[in-house]
Amino acid sequence: MAALIELTGVSKRYGAHAALEGVGLAVEAGQFVALVGGSGSGKTTLLKTINGLIRPDAGRVTVAGEDVSATAPHLLRRRIGYVFQEVGLFPHLSVAENIGVTPRLLGWDKARIAGRVAELLQLVALPPEVADRAPAALSGGQRQRVGVARALAAEPKLMLMDEPFGALDPVTRDALGADYRALHERLGLTTIMVTHDMAEAVLLADRIVVLKSGRILADGAPGDLLARSKDPDVLALLEAPKRQAERLRERLGA
Amino acid sequence: MNPRLAAAFDLLPEYLGWHVLLSLSALVLGLVISLPLAVTAARSPRLRWPVLALASLIQTIPSLALLALFYPLLLALSALSLATLGMGFSALGFLPSLLALTLYSILPILRNGVTGITGVDPAISEAADGVGMTSRQKLFQVELPLAAPVIMAGVRTAAVWTIGAATLSTPVGQTSLGNYIFAGLQTENWVFVLFGCAASALLAMAADQLLGLVETGARTRRKGLVIVGLAGIVIGAGAALAPLATFGQHAAYTVGAKNFSEQYILAELMASRLERAGAVVSRKEDLGSAVAYRALAAGEIDVYVDYSGTLWTNVLGRTDNPGRKAVLDQLTTELKRRDGVLVLGSLGFENAYAFVMRPDRAQALGVASLADLSREAPRLKLGSDLEFLSRPEWKAVDTAYAFTFRSERAYQPTFMYRALAAGDADVISAFSSDGRIAADKLVVLTDPKGAIPPYDAVILISPKAAADPRLIAALRPLVGAIPVEAMRAANYSVDRDKGKSTPAEAARALEQAIAAN
Repeated sequence: MAALIELTGVSKRYGAHAALEGVGLAVEAGQFVALVGGSGSGKTTLLKTINGLIRPDAGRVTVAGEDVSATAPHLLRRRIGYVFQEVGLFPHLSVAENIGVTPRLLGWDKARIAGRVAELLQLVALPPEVADRAPAALSGGQRQRVGVARALAAEPKLMLMDEPFGALDPVTRDALGADYRALHERLGLTTIMVTHDMAEAVLLADRIVVLKSGRILADGAPGDLLARSKDPDVLALLEAPKRQAERLRERLGA
Repeated sequence: MNPRLAAAFDLLPEYLGWHVLLSLSALVLGLVISLPLAVTAARSPRLRWPVLALASLIQTIPSLALLALFYPLLLALSALSLATLGMGFSALGFLPSLLALTLYSILPILRNGVTGITGVDPAISEAADGVGMTSRQKLFQVELPLAAPVIMAGVRTAAVWTIGAATLSTPVGQTSLGNYIFAGLQTENWVFVLFGCAASALLAMAADQLLGLVETGARTRRKGLVIVGLAGIVIGAGAALAPLATFGQHAAYTVGAKNFSEQYILAELMASRLERAGAVVSRKEDLGSAVAYRALAAGEIDVYVDYSGTLWTNVLGRTDNPGRKAVLDQLTTELKRRDGVLVLGSLGFENAYAFVMRPDRAQALGVASLADLSREAPRLKLGSDLEFLSRPEWKAVDTAYAFTFRSERAYQPTFMYRALAAGDADVISAFSSDGRIAADKLVVLTDPKGAIPPYDAVILISPKAAADPRLIAALRPLVGAIPVEAMRAANYSVDRDKGKSTPAEAARALEQAIAAN
């Protein structure tokens, strides 16, 4: 089966700094991939080449067989869900209008949009009465849920997430992560998520791709990586959550 | 009610209507120009600086100068379009005022527009891209709505500036609330000056408050406020503009006047005769000296009174003085030949430049003529009106008598007499038909060298009206009919401090005095 997303020899430079250097990656439909690495490793740049928010200097990116550089970016993005840390809800629109924005751009009729908004609110576990509120009236966790709902509104098969839960408190973050993983299963999505939190990557993803200085350092299922990787950086990254969990167990006496 | 206040209220519908029409058109045009410019500048950092710098540069030009500069520019353009397309347009009045005020309204809207659009949170901008908006959808659905409160604040500033600066369109021949101020300054009618200032300030405040409602509505996302504010503006503008519809009947003749009392009175006198002959007459007052003749030659006004010496030196560029009769004869043939302008005839009096002093000073210094004055000049302060020192007549007199005054200062005519009375000026360049000379018993210095040309007041008629029998028939009886004493009395009735007449009242009194002769 052909990969849903395919990157070949993708490079991107900002002045003298190389954000990506000849990256190749194939993601099959249905996978949940976590992109991890330190800041400046190129993980966000890689994510944004997939929906055309960043144009690579060299290389080729295809989504469902279509070359991203040859597709009108707005049409491509209407088919791809995108969630990022700052959320970026439109402050002049209500929650319902925010969620319905991509369907409206696609020309859905009002009744269909209203039905979809109600369905999505339920899906991201928000009460129906938030629909008419302004984004400013919501808590951080609620805003992020609206962000996920907005990304899912036009029924995309592919979701790109850039540290989506990074700004939330640990309890909310955990709950939202688990809720999203369940959605991923239920809706049969393909998800690529950037995170710097290894524990989150291990808990949510089927596959972890580790980046450093614009190159892929390791790529595999969380268990395999820990068992097989020889790279000290990768090991250090993967061991961190394990050590953390052991220390927690000791201190809490569980 | 105070009769001057009543007179001011009578004129209000017309002045306010024009003022609103002018400011509103300039503001709308300014918006139409500056919004796309703001979007372009916000998108391109390379364009942003030069565009904003140019707008700021325009703002530094004094408003009166900006308005005045458009007149010769449009006159040249009109001549060009007449030559090439066979169609001219009026370079006087509405058009130059509109263009200058539009330029003035650009900067605040442009600057706030750029600030508003570039100030949109980058996360929101990224989200707009992420949900699949085109750059146009992003502009109209996200950037402009979010920048709206900042842009509205710019529109408010522009509205207040435009309404204030619109009072300055009076000297280029556009009726506005400035007519109260300019006419009031000339005739020392302080009720008019204050009335004009108050009306313009109230209008600016009302516009500011209504636009403020729209701004608050945009900021707090309350559609109701935006609608109330906009409805207020539409209703207010509609009410102010309604009277203009009745003034809309096309005037058969336009009577012009320069910016002093005698000109207002004579314009009223001619206008009332034309109206009695059944014509609809419009008036363009407060025209600058050079603007008036060019406007007449271009047919933008049909008739006004000028002075032979002024035309002789300023229009024909002559510096000699062949005598009163010869000047008048040569003017009549030359203006006809050059511009097709008809010199209908002299009204019968002269209004020459006259150097005058207070009797006590003249006596103490032993000055009776310009030759005596030249001797005493290094100790004396000269006061003149605003244009005299830059006119060729002054150069001619200065060359003939070699004056070296201690200081030379220019005043509004009204304040020039005040300066003489207060001792701030020892000698002033007055006008010989001015009623204040006789009233204040001022000494007119003689001109033994004949350096000051004669200044017969003459009726000038535009080329297109030169063969109009109704106009000629209505005005011809005025030729030779006004002795200098009658003109002085009329001028004084308007200029005096107590019991002032309006120019229209003075014109009626003058008409009766003429009829009695």
